Amino acid sequence: MTTPALSIRGLKKNFGPAEIICGVDLDLAPGERHAIIGPNGAGKSTLFNLISGLYQPTAGSVKLGDEEIVGLPPHVINRMGLSRSFQVSNIFANMSVRENVRCGVLYSLGHGYSFWRNVGNLHEVQRKTGEILESVGLLDKAQMPAALLSYADQRTLEIAITIAGGADVVLLDEPTAGMSHSETDRAVALIEKATAGKTLIIVEHDMGVVFNIADRISVLVYGQIIATGTPEEIRGDPRVREAYLGDGDEQQALAAAGDAQ
Amino acid sequence: MSEQAMKSYDDLAPSATDKFRQRVLPFIVMIVLLAAIPLFDPSRTMNSLIAAMGINIVFALSYNMLLGRAGLLSFGHAVYFGLGGYAVLHAMNAIGAGSSGFWAGFPVFMLPVIGFGAGALAGVVIGWPSCKRSGVPFAMISLGVAELVASAGYMFGSIFGGEMGVTSDRMVGPRLFGLSMGPVEDIYWFIAFWTFLGTLGIYAFTRTPLGKMSEATRDNPERVQFVGYNPDRVRYLVFIFAGAFAGLAGGMSAVNYEIFTPESLSLAPSGLVLLMAYIGGIRYFTGPIMGAVLLTYMQSMLSDYSEAWLLYLGLLFIAIVMYAPGGVAGIVYGLLGILRRGGTDGVLARRAKQAAGVALAFTGLVILVEIAVRWSNGYGEVFEPFGLHLGIDTPLSWFLIAGFFAAGFGVLRMAREIEEGHG
Repeated sequence: MTTPALSIRGLKKNFGPAEIICGVDLDLAPGERHAIIGPNGAGKSTLFNLISGLYQPTAGSVKLGDEEIVGLPPHVINRMGLSRSFQVSNIFANMSVRENVRCGVLYSLGHGYSFWRNVGNLHEVQRKTGEILESVGLLDKAQMPAALLSYADQRTLEIAITIAGGADVVLLDEPTAGMSHSETDRAVALIEKATAGKTLIIVEHDMGVVFNIADRISVLVYGQIIATGTPEEIRGDPRVREAYLGDGDEQQALAAAGDAQ
Repeated sequence: MSEQAMKSYDDLAPSATDKFRQRVLPFIVMIVLLAAIPLFDPSRTMNSLIAAMGINIVFALSYNMLLGRAGLLSFGHAVYFGLGGYAVLHAMNAIGAGSSGFWAGFPVFMLPVIGFGAGALAGVVIGWPSCKRSGVPFAMISLGVAELVASAGYMFGSIFGGEMGVTSDRMVGPRLFGLSMGPVEDIYWFIAFWTFLGTLGIYAFTRTPLGKMSEATRDNPERVQFVGYNPDRVRYLVFIFAGAFAGLAGGMSAVNYEIFTPESLSLAPSGLVLLMAYIGGIRYFTGPIMGAVLLTYMQSMLSDYSEAWLLYLGLLFIAIVMYAPGGVAGIVYGLLGILRRGGTDGVLARRAKQAAGVALAFTGLVILVEIAVRWSNGYGEVFEPFGLHLGIDTPLSWFLIAGFFAAGFGVLRMAREIEEGHG
């Protein structure tokens, strides 16, 4: 077996006496699209924060390729090729759309903390920024202040910043939350295009999106992964159905998504 | 290569005309202005006022690298100004002594470079612990550092000269550009040169990757981590540069006044530079320049007219914070924007009404304050503007105060009703 792109072993996180993540194991093959689903409060966002270095786990290991990344600060993990988006739009609101994407591009093109260059003269940065804006369809809004974008466009910009640095492993936290049906369809197409060839982990409530995008799905309930498998396996798994009992909407959505396949 | 890969997206950047208009033209205007000032043969008072303005422009701009561009509220920026100034004074004394080969050949004109280096060094040392925090803890640390350094200034006499401070003589060492650095005309060119270079340097910094990431860190430090940057590192580097440019301004001041006292390291000048930047407008690059010019003018001119000028300064600051957070620059650019759009929709008239209302009410306040100050001094002095005799017991005084207040608030109310009528 090839080295997994991301390998999580025995990951635990306690906040005081509360165990939020209690022993998660997960392997992602390079290029895999993996969805994490689960009821509210299951710890999905916490799991993302642990992987991306925002939180320090209580125990366990996370390997990006061959390298252990637990204990490293987020910016170092990012430079090693792991990027993430946020559940709430987390953009640079006082900058233009173009400047937002440019911030995502700078480090990966080796411009780091440099204070001896004029950003306007960095043609490589200019070109990469333009390419990303074009690929996500924000080229015509490049000069707009990011704060004035529509909600769906802000989510798109969030994804653009996330992929701008060229990371191989991309974590998307509910990228279609709050979107209309047509916006969601466009977002799904964008995600598939923008993350082609990359390893993707996506947290998502919209089962339609999950069953569309994912190669494999993990179900996280009370800080534990109770099942991992292909969409077909997950759909038929009795433990998953049981976990969603009492959450009628989600169960119906699960069933509906299953029928739609 | 496909056409896609060849695309350079040049049209994404501002056009060459816009770039020239926004980035080059202001500096050409600045050069012309600086070159033109001596043609008007300014008086001695005017010359010293201009020198103070130049120093404060660089100082306030350096402060805004922290507050406006990096979102770091510092209460101790005068520390770097003062340390840069002290370093330059000691260097000037070394030039005067002429004992070592290096200093003997160092022109006084270039001394702000030493201030720059000293400010940067102070930033490296003090920024190391300070920049591990942001927000309120950063502000508190800067306050503590300012107190610490100022009290150290009084303790270490051989470096800071105690209460008397350190003095020097600038007419020493080799000449540069044929300037003896003695007469105020020579000092004018020195101040003009470094004001321009300081402004240009700080502007150039905003255009670098680090300068851009400093704004990104101000807006969203969490996100910055996930584009590969350490926000603490960004803040630390910006802090060093802000200290360096403050040191440069301190160096200009050291050559101009030939003296520095530990007082200059304390909270008072740190507070003043905060006021300059904020009143000028921290969201605009030119804001601190406007603030520095305005406050320097108030400091030297208004203090001649009224001993209550600090009270007016305080009122101005509160008014800006509450009603015009864009500062003077925000007001100026707002008006320019209205004029550019033609100002036909009555906005201009409304603004004029507001200005008139504020001016009327303020006049009433000035009369009240000036009468009160003279009365409380107890020397029997009386406020006598335009030949009027306004004592505390003169009915005319109270009639004027009440009249101006009533008129001012009346006009302001009218302006508001128009606004609501429009809405």
